[in-house]
Amino acid sequence: MTKNILETRDVTKVYESGNLVVKAVDGVSISVGAGEFIGLVGPSGSGKTTMLAMLAGLLNATEGQLNIDGQDLNQMNDVQRTRFRREKIGFTFQANNLVPYLTALENVELMLRLNKKNGREGRQRAADLLTRLGMDDRLNNLPKQLSGGQQQRVAIARALIHNPSVVLADEPTASLDTERANQVVQIFADLIHEQNKAGIMVTHDLRMCKYVDKVIQMVDGKVARVITERAAIDTLAGTSQFDTLSVPKMEDQFQNQPLIIPNPSTFVPVRIGAD
Amino acid sequence: MAFYLSIKEIWRNKGRFFLFSLVIALITFLVLFTAGLGEGLASANKEYLEKIDAQVLVFQEDTDYSTIESRLEYDVLRNVRRWDGISDVGAIGFSNTTLVFQDGIEPIDASLVGIEPGKPGSPPAFQGEPIRTKQGKVVVIDQRIAKQAGVEVGDMLTLKSTQGTDDEFYQLKVAGISGGQQYFFQPSIFVSLQVWDDVRPKANVENNGGPIIPNILAVKLDDPTALESMSNFLEERVDGIEVTDIETAYKSAPGYAAQQNTLNTQKGFTFLIGILVIGGFFQIQTLQKVPQIGMLKAIGTSNHIVANAAVLQIIFVTLFGVALGGLSTLGLAMGLPAGIPVLFTGTSILTALAALLLIGPVGGMVSIRSALKVEPLTALGM
Ligand SMILES: Nc1ncnc2c1ncn2[C@@H]1O[C@H](COP(=O)(O)OP(=O)(O)O)[C@@H](O)[C@H]1O
Ligand SMILES: [Mg+2]
Repeated sequence: MTKNILETRDVTKVYESGNLVVKAVDGVSISVGAGEFIGLVGPSGSGKTTMLAMLAGLLNATEGQLNIDGQDLNQMNDVQRTRFRREKIGFTFQANNLVPYLTALENVELMLRLNKKNGREGRQRAADLLTRLGMDDRLNNLPKQLSGGQQQRVAIARALIHNPSVVLADEPTASLDTERANQVVQIFADLIHEQNKAGIMVTHDLRMCKYVDKVIQMVDGKVARVITERAAIDTLAGTSQFDTLSVPKMEDQFQNQPLIIPNPSTFVPVRIGAD
Repeated sequence: MAFYLSIKEIWRNKGRFFLFSLVIALITFLVLFTAGLGEGLASANKEYLEKIDAQVLVFQEDTDYSTIESRLEYDVLRNVRRWDGISDVGAIGFSNTTLVFQDGIEPIDASLVGIEPGKPGSPPAFQGEPIRTKQGKVVVIDQRIAKQAGVEVGDMLTLKSTQGTDDEFYQLKVAGISGGQQYFFQPSIFVSLQVWDDVRPKANVENNGGPIIPNILAVKLDDPTALESMSNFLEERVDGIEVTDIETAYKSAPGYAAQQNTLNTQKGFTFLIGILVIGGFFQIQTLQKVPQIGMLKAIGTSNHIVANAAVLQIIFVTLFGVALGGLSTLGLAMGLPAGIPVLFTGTSILTALAALLLIGPVGGMVSIRSALKVEPLTALGM
């Protein structure tokens, strides 16, 4: 962790629709170094996705500075942003990650094609990476023939194949069961460490934090807490989401996505209605 | 890149795209068939007139260029012929007859055209020879008749025509066979005006022996470009005539315009349906693909690749559909029995094909716009 690949200073994003003004991100300053894997957590509506969108050059910041690889994202026009995304950013999404009419291998190769770096050697690297992710017998399968976990692994390969500076993952485990979620995030973390990427993963699932190097917790658009000590991260990963700082405000509770309970066996099911 | 994406998508969704190409093929078939019918019907109406080696036709005044109503006295012919700038004039008479055959061959209704040998209006013969004398009891026939009834040069042909209240039969020798020479939706047979006057059906037999009254004159000009000025000149100098170019003449044939307009309207509507169907298909497809397009843009695919991929896809599907429809139309046309007025040559078919290739891109325009408007942020669910 020598130099920072990604740096933001006092980034603010204000959404205005009519006379409704929402400060989705409010003065966020973070930095991520090479080989560093960050967990971005916080309750629903705390501004995680907005932050991710700005880091990917998909959204303009209202105020503040965003720098990736020494490039100022605020200074870019649309064409430059598109190019920046395909060269410098690796992306995995919560859903609809893959092009449905391309095979696993072709989906990974797509990133090379976009950068005009495809070819025999590129195809081999894509195949190797997929093999590394345990997908060697699925190279020529279409997304619909793959499980959710397998699709996420293909997305991870695609996010890394073109040697980007920053890898952004939006809820990569949202549709996976615990075992698969662990597998996917673990290998993701390994690859980010190995290939010296700056990795940011937005997650609702605090247990996934055990694979990250630093946890940034957002509340109401602000960075509420940055946890860097291993022990503290592991504690967080071992607790439920009813952690003091991530407890949502009352009005937020209703729009929250389902909370993840670390140990379902301790949870007593409640029957609703009579029959 | 755009090519790669569009081809892969088509290839991995062969069934869907093939079905859609079939729809386009069907539309193509309909449009081409309508165009062919229009061309065929038009041709059946004008084929003979169009081939006459002349620039203008002379009609009796106030007959609306009707070859049947128009009747010209013989001195009109002399009067027209004598002016400078007139290269040649031929008188033409139109009537109908029925050709009867032995051996169970169906009778054929034909246009009976009387011409002056060697003058404009006299058809060339690609087999045998043209009519050479005024008196010869010979006939030049449309190749359709030759084909349909198996008639050859040198054969005797029997014409049946009504004279007064009786059916009379006339024997004429086939001197030559000409190309397609339809007129009034019938194949034509040609005889000299003298023979024509003898054998044509007449309501009143007593009139026999009077002077020959042709219907129109075909006038060949020294300078074919002087069409308009010569027409005006003739109308001024010769009493009781109106003069027009050949195209105007056949376009004013009764029913011609109405028929062509009907077919053109039908063709237009088929095009419109085609555009809507293609537009609808690609628009629905684009709407279904919004998440995917958003994701592609989010990972750095430029708008212009997205648009090109969509355009290429529309072009491929349209090309394939039009080719399929075109080929099946062609196949059907070859298997079509003679006598059905469908003609797959001419500019109208080429225009129709070009327009068919355009309906894809035109129909798909909305979907391309929609694809361009997809925000990459949708990939993040925003
Ligand atoms: N396009 C938008 N227009 C207006 N408000 C928005 C828009 N997107 C997000 N917001 C608001 O911004 C805040 C942060 O949203 P988001 O970044 O999606 O948070 P998170 O990903 O942590 O759930 C929320 O209050 C949300 O309602
Ligand atoms: Mg979110």
